[in-house]
Amino acid sequence: MNIVVLIKQVPGTDNVKMDPKTGTMIRTGKDNIINPLDENALEEALRLKRSLKNVTVTVVSMGPESAMKAIKEAIAMGADGGILLSGRAFAGSDTIATARVLSSAIRKLWPVDLILCGERATDGETGQTGAMVAAMLDIPVQTYVQKLEVGDGIITVERLVEGGFERVQVKIPALVTVVKGINQPGFPTLAGKLRAKEVQVPVWGPEDVGLVPDEIGLKGSPTRVVKIFSPKLSRDTIMYRHDNTGRAISELINFLGAREIIV
Amino acid sequence: MDVKEYRGVMVLGEQRNGTIHRVTFELLNRGRSLADKLGVELSCAILGDRVDDLGEVILRGADKVYHVCSQDLATFLPGPYTRALVQLIQEEKPEIIIAAATTTGRTVMPLVAARLGTGLTADCTYLDIDPEERILLQTRPAIGGNIMATIKTPFTRPQMATVRPRSTRPAPRDESRTGEITVKNYGDMLVSLTERFLEFMADPSQEVNIQDADIIVSGGKGLKNREGFKLVEELARVLGAGVGATRDAVELGWISYSHQIGLSGKTVSPKLYIAVGISGKVQHLAGMQTSETIVAINKDPDAQIFQVADFGIVGDAFEVVPELIDALKKLRTGA
Ligand SMILES: Cc1cc2nc3c(=O)[nH]c(=O)nc-3n(C[C@H](O)[C@H](O)[C@H](O)COP(=O)(O)OP(=O)(O)OC[C@H]3O[C@@H](n4cnc5c(N)ncnc54)[C@H](O)[C@@H]3O)c2cc1C
Repeated sequence: MNIVVLIKQVPGTDNVKMDPKTGTMIRTGKDNIINPLDENALEEALRLKRSLKNVTVTVVSMGPESAMKAIKEAIAMGADGGILLSGRAFAGSDTIATARVLSSAIRKLWPVDLILCGERATDGETGQTGAMVAAMLDIPVQTYVQKLEVGDGIITVERLVEGGFERVQVKIPALVTVVKGINQPGFPTLAGKLRAKEVQVPVWGPEDVGLVPDEIGLKGSPTRVVKIFSPKLSRDTIMYRHDNTGRAISELINFLGAREIIV
Repeated sequence: MDVKEYRGVMVLGEQRNGTIHRVTFELLNRGRSLADKLGVELSCAILGDRVDDLGEVILRGADKVYHVCSQDLATFLPGPYTRALVQLIQEEKPEIIIAAATTTGRTVMPLVAARLGTGLTADCTYLDIDPEERILLQTRPAIGGNIMATIKTPFTRPQMATVRPRSTRPAPRDESRTGEITVKNYGDMLVSLTERFLEFMADPSQEVNIQDADIIVSGGKGLKNREGFKLVEELARVLGAGVGATRDAVELGWISYSHQIGLSGKTVSPKLYIAVGISGKVQHLAGMQTSETIVAINKDPDAQIFQVADFGIVGDAFEVVPELIDALKKLRTGA
């Protein structure tokens, strides 16, 4: 069974800078991590590798060259190998262009039985790349998966939805996006770290996956950021400083009473 | 793609067990104002088997309802839903399509966007029309810090966006409205050979319904620890309110994820939202700024949460909240 895990390198802190001209992200490569939900996806692949025979796990990531670190880390955690999709021409891709690159790379790795990824990334938070990749590969997709079982040519999943969960069965090859509750990600092992040093991770550019400049990057992206701005939020605020007179509290109670919120 | 061929605004309504879901009316509210700005029709797509009360969708603002009717659409499966929606879009050619950011909307919209090769913007907090270009402006919180991004889809159609449930009020009912209901039958193409729905299991513990609460008391990192967070829970109890939290409070393990409010949590718009020890980062505000009344308690007078608040108290939560609880209790007993 061939499993591909899509991983994205994201900033470890919440402070990502935006390029004010293009509205796209500037990545510095400092304290970057594997997107936490992608670690869950990787762990699920590794769990299957431990419990089934003949499973290979390949991680695929699109990003700057510094994303090699994320791939090496995934190998140190137990993945067999990886592919880095990198090149200037990929920069500025929106989710459609990104999915185009990822699906082209997966096609090159075919036959693939299962593709796993996190439900969303902590930076962009769009949560749509996984499903787009499935659509482009024309294979079934299941999202928000908290439990996965592999059967004979099929998988059975539990999807976390509003007010409960659903059980759904799909034929493989399929793509599955996972939520946090599916497992507890493991850690790199010493043996894994040594192996990660040795494993050659190819770097593929646009030509390697058969894409032309018009299909990728900003050019291949149907969406455009028109502007970025700090939101104007303001309401007229009545402000009190809390002191020992109890005034702030009594004014608040009056205020809520006047608005008929408390009676 | 000739963008001029596409006309009209479409919203993707939702049904659960054949009953129109409330989020449909919220979408109609957003859709109506966009359609009016463009001077075009508003349509609503409903995918399902038997669906009751499609007339209600007209009274809430739709000019046209397309009910794609099939037993293969009774429960959500990505394949059939995607094929139905792609077919409907190709027939009706709406310039804009808006769905709810539910597990269904967030799954089917990217599939449709990829099939059609058009753009999609997730979790928009604000939608507007650029009057000159007649184009949809999609605004959502951007990455990190307090930044919003406005995004457009200039060259392809439809322009697609999702909006969070509860981020708008449902469209009001207007008994005088009229419209047209069309049933679409797409037959065998909706049958899925690769997917099978097995069952739905309700899990009440997973869905803490803070979205239905009239009052929400919400706590952030300013409460210092799990023990401190209990202060928020106690204030909520006294007010008969739901409990909310910031992502930081959830990640510190003070309360479960189902209470998280904001961009990656729930969107709420209660009558009263009390924010305690919350700084008011844009990702949090994205989930609560449409609340009717907002009260903030924070020791930092410059905290951004005060900008969205109607009433602010600058002070230490550990002093202010107990006093407030006392005052409310006294009020209750008439003392
Ligand atoms: C992609 C993305 C998605 C995100 N999604 C969400 C989301 O869904 N929800 C969310 O909430 N956040 C989200 N965040 C995180 C968000 O940016 C903030 O980091 C978070 O909201 C801050 O939480 P906080 O206000 O509890 O903590 P802080 O920002 O640390 O604020 C604590 C506040 O408490 C005050 N304080 C301290 N001590 C006291 C005291 N004794 N009494 C009174 N006040 C006190 C401080 O003055 C400060 O204002 C997201 C971030 C990203 C990048």
